[in-house]
Amino acid sequence: MKLIVAEHAGGKLTKATLEMVAAAQNAGGEGPVTLLVLGQNVAAVANEAAQYAEQVLVGDSAALAAYNPEVWAAAAAQIAQEGEASLVLIGGSRSGREYAPRVAVKLDAPYLEDATSLSVNGSTVQAQRYTYLARVTETVEASAPTVTVTVKPGSFAPAAPAAAAGEQYDVELELPAARTQVTGRSVEKTSRVALTEADVIVTGGRGVGSPDNFATYVEGLADRIGAGVGATRAVVDAGWRPYAEQVGQTGKTVQPKAYIALGVSGAVQHLSGMGKSKFIVAINKDAEAPIFKVADYGIVGDVNQIVPALIEAAKK
Amino acid sequence: MNILTLVRQVPDAEARVKVSGSAVDLEGATLVIDGMDEYGVEEALRLREGGANVESITALAIGPKRNEDALRTALAMGVDRAIHVETDEKLDAVALSRVVAQIAQAENATLILVGGQEADWDSQALGAATAERLGWPQLTWTNELKVEGDTISGRHDVDDGNESFSAPLPAVVTTQQGLNEPRYPTLPNIMKAKRKELRKDSLDTYGAANTVRVVNAEIQTRARMNRVIDGKDPQAAAEQLLDLLRNEAKVLA
Repeated sequence: MKLIVAEHAGGKLTKATLEMVAAAQNAGGEGPVTLLVLGQNVAAVANEAAQYAEQVLVGDSAALAAYNPEVWAAAAAQIAQEGEASLVLIGGSRSGREYAPRVAVKLDAPYLEDATSLSVNGSTVQAQRYTYLARVTETVEASAPTVTVTVKPGSFAPAAPAAAAGEQYDVELELPAARTQVTGRSVEKTSRVALTEADVIVTGGRGVGSPDNFATYVEGLADRIGAGVGATRAVVDAGWRPYAEQVGQTGKTVQPKAYIALGVSGAVQHLSGMGKSKFIVAINKDAEAPIFKVADYGIVGDVNQIVPALIEAAKK
Repeated sequence: MNILTLVRQVPDAEARVKVSGSAVDLEGATLVIDGMDEYGVEEALRLREGGANVESITALAIGPKRNEDALRTALAMGVDRAIHVETDEKLDAVALSRVVAQIAQAENATLILVGGQEADWDSQALGAATAERLGWPQLTWTNELKVEGDTISGRHDVDDGNESFSAPLPAVVTTQQGLNEPRYPTLPNIMKAKRKELRKDSLDTYGAANTVRVVNAEIQTRARMNRVIDGKDPQAAAEQLLDLLRNEAKVLA
């Protein structure tokens, strides 16, 4: 089988999971596309998963109430072994890339990390991935009975529901006790669309001027056009914005249809997180800012003057 | 406690990347210690300076000759000794973890520090793969770390925010910016570092076979339109941009 470990939040599959389903469906290779749903009280997620996959395996228990890398790795590896999976697909999220290597070691399976494409030819699996701060595209391959892959979010068009619902099966998992204790948690909630799922993102950099300006201009424009909000590392380091909004090498990687950068200079570390966006828009008063080199559209001007005009114009 | 801190020598982020044939060519590029690993080196030193019971701090590099420079940097920053497993083969994380795990055992390491993401190959996998081989817990993307007895605690970033954690040692911790500000090696320390041990090991000793082949590398640049509007008249510029986004790019309603 082609095993996919489902990612879900708030009782729903993430877009990244539907992208992995599409990747598995189109990669070639043998066996049913199988979604493994892990969690507690995940019946609704399992039902949704059955609309997309030929079979759904459900691990529903208190031990799976919260994500833990060792627990998730044990569950995924056990199912991959029992089902003789040829492919194990795991989301290229921070958590996915944290436990996937453990799965690979448990299965003694090669690991293709952060794949942007996927094809299976016999027992050889080939993928592309970005390296050197996303400036180089490498093609990598591995030949083995089982290959572990993390799939970069935003790289595949999400799968559509299938005509017939897949079968659901409950699975018994032998899980280790979680050794890492979470003693506190700060979740950065936003009413806006999640950054990695947004079609349009408005990002602010230091050039916006102040936290207040960020709220007025970056959030103001984002709310006017229904976009997600991003921030540069400089802005996050300065404490203006939460880390969850950071785009770049050490933040999130995004590829929206439109990325609107306000007061962003365009350091390579930032470009590595958004350079694959379909359209890039830059507004910056410094005409020499590197962001203009990668921009499709740009305005050389002061964010404080241009953005209010943009918000006003967008009302029409 | 014995700390193993992993380092690599990589092209500077601002360096121009070029591809020759089907592989990245580092000829002429400015090389530096991987910034993410440097946080690990610094943290090991700070744990010792902060009074944790640190018996030894060993820097480890696996890879081509250039990594010697990263080890020299770590030695000059203050680690006790260095081990270089020299190979020109590009090993994947699953293979590398075999080597790291064996050395960790030989060195009686109880804490392994490694950068959260490689600056060149963008991989985040080595820490977790090593932890699995050793049967240890792991904490990734750590930006605050404390050691008390046999317990580590701190904070780290997760998908949708951050968490405070505690975990038993031995453990693998992956490091990132925010954890500390790495020190600059001083000239006396650079001189002193020259007398510290830098052991060379052969990869053959460790029986690590590569499982992932790189079959091609290319620089794909997306052609951008670079249509720049003068913002002297903010209202006109804003309206023009909006028109382009709505009617040419068709990305806004």
